[in-house]
Amino acid sequence: MNQLSPPPHLASPHWPLSLLPVPYCNDSLLVGRVYMYVCTCTTVHVHVSLNMHSVLLSQDNAIRTSKYNVFSFLPLNLFEQFQRLANAYFLVLLILQLIPEISSLSWFTTVVPLLLVLTMTAVKDASDDIVRDGRYYLLPLSECLSQADLLLLTSSEPLNLVYIETAELDGTFILKCVFPTGEVRCEPPNNRLDKFKGTLTVNGQTYALDNDKVLLRGCTLRNTEWCFGLVVFGGPDTKLMQSSGKTVFKRTSIDGLMNVLVLCIFGFLAVMCSILAVGNAIWEVREGSVFIAFLPRPNGVNAGFSAFLTFWSYVIILNTVVPISLYVSVEIIRLGNSFYIDWDRKMYYPKSDTPAQARTTTLNEELGQIKYIFSDKTGTLTQNIMTFNKCSINGKSYGRTQCRGDKTQTVDFTWNELADPKFVFHDPSLVELVREGDLAAQHFFRLLALCHTVMPEEKTEGELYYQAQSPDEGALVTAARNFGFVFRSRTPESIRIMEMGQEVTYDLLAVLDFNNVRKRMSVIVRSPKGKLILFCKGADTIVYERLHPSCLKLKDTTTSHLNEYAGDGLRTLALAYKDLDDDYMEDWRRRHHEANIAMDGKEERLDELYEEIEKDLMLLGATAVEDKLQDGVPQTIEQLAKADIKIWVLTGDKQETAENIGYACNMLREDMTEVFIVAANTRDVTTSISCFANVITHNSSPKAYALEKDLELELLRTACMCQTVICCRVTPLQKAQVVELVKHYKQAVTLAIGDGANDVSMIKAAHIGVGISGQEGMQAVLSSDYSFAQFRYLQRLLLVHGRWSYLRMCKFLRYFFYKNFTFTFVHFWYAFFCGFSAQTVYDEWFITLYNLVYTALPVLGMSLFDQDVNDRWSSQHPQLYSPGQLNLYFSKKAFVRCMMHSCYSSLILFFIPWAAMYDTVRDDGKDIVDYQSFALLAQTCLLIAVTIQLSLDTHYWTAVNQFFVWGSLSAYFAITFTMYSNGMFLIFTSTFPFIGTARNSLNQPNVWLTILLTSILCALPVVAYRFTLIQLWPTINDKVQATGPYDMHYVNYTLDMYCMYYIIYIYIYVLYVLYTSDVPCSRFILCTTLDMYVLY
Amino acid sequence: MQGLLGKPLGRVHWSNKAAKTGPLAHRPDNSAFMQQRLPAWSPMLTTSTVLPFMYCMAVLCLVVGVSLLITVQGTQEMKLDYTEAGTCNNCFQSLKNVSNAGKSCSCRVVFTLEHEFKGDVFFYYGLQNFHQNLRKYMDSRDDAQMVGRKQNLKNPSSYCEPYIRDEKDVPIAPCGAVANSMFNDSFALQYQGQPGDPINTVPLYRKGIAWYTDENVKFRNPPKNKSQTLAQVFEGTTSPPYWQKPVYLLDPLDATNNGFINEDLIVWMREAAFPNFKKLYGVLVRTQEPFTNGLPAGNYSIDIVYNFPVQYFKGRKQVVLSTVTWFGGQNRFLPIAYLVTSGLVFIIAIFLTVIWWKFGKDAKNMNE
Repeated sequence: MNQLSPPPHLASPHWPLSLLPVPYCNDSLLVGRVYMYVCTCTTVHVHVSLNMHSVLLSQDNAIRTSKYNVFSFLPLNLFEQFQRLANAYFLVLLILQLIPEISSLSWFTTVVPLLLVLTMTAVKDASDDIVRDGRYYLLPLSECLSQADLLLLTSSEPLNLVYIETAELDGTFILKCVFPTGEVRCEPPNNRLDKFKGTLTVNGQTYALDNDKVLLRGCTLRNTEWCFGLVVFGGPDTKLMQSSGKTVFKRTSIDGLMNVLVLCIFGFLAVMCSILAVGNAIWEVREGSVFIAFLPRPNGVNAGFSAFLTFWSYVIILNTVVPISLYVSVEIIRLGNSFYIDWDRKMYYPKSDTPAQARTTTLNEELGQIKYIFSDKTGTLTQNIMTFNKCSINGKSYGRTQCRGDKTQTVDFTWNELADPKFVFHDPSLVELVREGDLAAQHFFRLLALCHTVMPEEKTEGELYYQAQSPDEGALVTAARNFGFVFRSRTPESIRIMEMGQEVTYDLLAVLDFNNVRKRMSVIVRSPKGKLILFCKGADTIVYERLHPSCLKLKDTTTSHLNEYAGDGLRTLALAYKDLDDDYMEDWRRRHHEANIAMDGKEERLDELYEEIEKDLMLLGATAVEDKLQDGVPQTIEQLAKADIKIWVLTGDKQETAENIGYACNMLREDMTEVFIVAANTRDVTTSISCFANVITHNSSPKAYALEKDLELELLRTACMCQTVICCRVTPLQKAQVVELVKHYKQAVTLAIGDGANDVSMIKAAHIGVGISGQEGMQAVLSSDYSFAQFRYLQRLLLVHGRWSYLRMCKFLRYFFYKNFTFTFVHFWYAFFCGFSAQTVYDEWFITLYNLVYTALPVLGMSLFDQDVNDRWSSQHPQLYSPGQLNLYFSKKAFVRCMMHSCYSSLILFFIPWAAMYDTVRDDGKDIVDYQSFALLAQTCLLIAVTIQLSLDTHYWTAVNQFFVWGSLSAYFAITFTMYSNGMFLIFTSTFPFIGTARNSLNQPNVWLTILLTSILCALPVVAYRFTLIQLWPTINDKVQATGPYDMHYVNYTLDMYCMYYIIYIYIYVLYVLYTSDVPCSRFILCTTLDMYVLY
Repeated sequence: MQGLLGKPLGRVHWSNKAAKTGPLAHRPDNSAFMQQRLPAWSPMLTTSTVLPFMYCMAVLCLVVGVSLLITVQGTQEMKLDYTEAGTCNNCFQSLKNVSNAGKSCSCRVVFTLEHEFKGDVFFYYGLQNFHQNLRKYMDSRDDAQMVGRKQNLKNPSSYCEPYIRDEKDVPIAPCGAVANSMFNDSFALQYQGQPGDPINTVPLYRKGIAWYTDENVKFRNPPKNKSQTLAQVFEGTTSPPYWQKPVYLLDPLDATNNGFINEDLIVWMREAAFPNFKKLYGVLVRTQEPFTNGLPAGNYSIDIVYNFPVQYFKGRKQVVLSTVTWFGGQNRFLPIAYLVTSGLVFIIAIFLTVIWWKFGKDAKNMNE
């Protein structure tokens, strides 16, 4: 588009648009006025002048309006920043810390970083805003198609056609439109990709604008040198963004559980602080009042007030139980696990060069908890590569199913120069019939060559390529081409085809489009001889309803053929035609035009018109197109079924086709004796369903058709008793209804997988939506959470990635709660010895660095690398999947167990050192029970105990894990000795008062013996408990681990690449730890880093 | 944050993959890291590891416990609560009257050592129910002043509240509640083998009782030129209100033991972690008879200058005589805890063995 050359007959035009965004009437917007005038610029711009209030073209890259002004900046920006929960929480803590009476930790440790992050974020926001502040922009047309929906004005092609490919939407279109000057009004932004409503007023005359005249964002021009358009919707208002951006923000069940737990923890924190506050009040009355000589208070003793202050002091100290930072850590872990999905070679499909993609990074662990899968059939279970296989013409069936070793039977098409060499057919008699000039057969293929929306591309003479919206259509047009009816080219008004070597041009009078409701498509053409014909192809039931009574006999034979085809799993269409007379056509076309330009009820009026003309059709025959199963589908379904995942197939196909596919993918087996078919739309469905419910056995597999409101529950109850459920003839909306039904009543985690636009609603409705990037465009992928190219990758996504993600997340949560609770509880016990004065047990620096440096790396290593069994065992033993479905690894119960464990550990970690140090001295008689030595001892015991716990939890020790664990421990000692050194004390005297503590304390045998004892007492019960469980009640995991020796992987990898990822991970990690440790500046860096990725 | 991360990230290029072209341009790299096949060690809780480990632990704890117990039995300790003992009761009663707070009171307590204390003997004073670990109390000190910063000598840190300056706005040195409440009883130990024997003063070495790092790094006197005396250095400051002597006269016998580097002060300033604690007062000098082998058995008396009031906070005062070993003082908790742990581990180990024997041995549960 950048290399636009002005068309010879037209100088480069400018289109100044003055935007008046006032809603014109209820649902239409005045978009702008279009003027055409001639000037001699060489570059072509659509010249947009924006009204300041306009939002139509704002909010995206090029055209923006500013958000703040000089005065509103500071208050607004700060307000926005403190709306983030974490910032607000830290602000509250900070305010508490600023009150000297309360402050139990140094105030500057919070205030400086918080100010820093606020400033940095504010600067970033301000600079963004300065960039954004603009009122007048030139918008190069080349950018338009990537930013906006355009109304097509004119193009380089004759008749101002534009050929576009909409890989990201659904199929190929021809667009047409031209108009000189006028005023455009259209509907407000909406998400319907296939609809556009508007009017153009030129010289007082009003024309209708529809979908054919709009270039949607994201499409690419084909065979078109240039075009001009008027921006209708820009940025987030475009139809693509509207339809893909309105996804509900999905949350996992663990998220929900965490929210509940956090609330509980807040309550728990309040309870702990209250206990300590009451303790303080009692202490003040009994002890503090007499200690006043040594520690005078300005206001004397006031137990109540003191208790109040103590409450808040302990809120500061014990705030580590409320895992605000947990959310961020969880997101980081999910992000890491999402990258593994993106990186997985075993989910990469080389044929289309498509790797798997985790489009949502927040749902990983839910992949390990799926109970129901809802699958589309076409394109999901099957390849959606269609081959024309059989047909029935005038009551006779041709073609046979392909068998191996049957190559001699393929038909020779060399007589036809334009034939597609890849086309294979197995019945020579049909060719003979056509070449003999059988009228019915010729009409049959003429219909196939004329009635479609395929775009041809003929780069060199005789080399034809078809761009088809759906693979079915492509297959049918290709079949016609090989049988001598070659579709060559089309204009909006005509179609040129070669009929048995002769070029014939048909006038195209009307196209009666296909849609999901009509399920048929018709064209009305005038042959060169002046004959008017309507050709119609569509679903057999639909076409049968509109047949002329004279076709009754043919209908019967064709029906038997159709049933036979469907039984083979083929997709069928019925073909029919009708001769029209000129007068009627004239009248119909007039009414058609009127309906077309109508603003209101256009759809309905058109439908009526179509209905009117598509009747009394003459049946020609039927086609059968084969859609092969994808590789590995039966095996995948079998494995998923073994994992106790119920698979429901929801398809728009006929029952027979679906049933056949069901058998082909092992969903239905011969041993399933009872196959129930519940028919839709019958009054007695209720009774039949309840009858079935009584007789259903485990081996049954009903296919339910009923989805009426009052039958929902019956249907669900019946369906859930069955091993296999196949729903046929369901519309996209019904697909979503089925998903909602199961989601709502079964409280189970659902996954929907599909490839086409008709699966979008289902994908969005399910907990997890998976898009197959296949033949049918990208719409399913765009609205999905995960996408890949082949159905069989679902097994790996769930059984390997899902399982691991769930396991890792649960291990992480359990350990994270354990380590923070243990840490905090020790403070709680110490309160009983320090007069509830909110004195910390540990050094302030240890408190700062505990989450920051000492424990974060190992737990991150565990939650990114851990595997209980390797991927091969994971997929070979689908039973391993069940713990996730049953929520075994992390639940409220597990959380309570975690807290009890923490409580035990903290008791050991406080009282053993307390008793061991009581009244003792160093080996040279000097002090060792001083506060600083005790703090060092307590924190060392704690750190070693939680590290041992982590080691017990880690099942997969890579070099990275080893490095993280040992590195963190060494870092602890290195940092401790550094901070307690002479130099640090002499430079920052009041910041590092622990000088010499490490040297004087850690050289004492009794200190180390204490550490050893606490470690043994913390670890042994865990080991014994787990060992007992394995011996008495081994889980499936234990069995798999015990039976299969874990094989080590040694693979070649490029060292430099590996190191790079590693560094990136450490970088992310460092940000993560900075975040968790109340150093808010990292949040900013993290945000910007991720922003960078998004932009990238 | 979540909104940000919840956004689809699109395809992230970690490497220069974008530069790749060809049919497999988007194929992920086959690195062990990306394919989650890093070589790894997967330890499992199997019978062959857990059971031997348990028995080893039991034995280890037993050995440690027994050897510690033997060690601790070798230490000797004598505690004497002198709060109201002997003539000190008078002082105790007199201090109850607030008007006598500043007055010195001397008293004497006597005790008998049944057995000889062999080796180095350490003399401690102990306090009970004195909360040196209260947050406000602990914070009320200025390390910068005590490390000899001239600036902080005259301008103590605000942390020293409420003992920064006296009523006349003279800065207090050393400032803060910790220093103000310094223990100020003094002891003189006498030995009389049998009644009638000559009384020997037990020589106590009153230096080297604090941590080396405290004496040499953490506490320094403010810098002075050669002509100045310590008193001149501290000019313009006043001593804490409860003190009877200024900081530069704490030790009348040793001029180098005055000011902030006075070892009693240093020992006091290392706040105890718990309300009951003891602090080193002196070490027996074993150069002269009869103390070359330690403290002989016999009668002892302690002359006490009884200044420190404990009745305010229901506290008790002790003197403690103790010998030490490599394991420190006489604390029997760890040896006993190790022995108990050993027993526990042993019981658990037997329990696990039984479980393994009955259920796990034939992998009955494993083969379902």
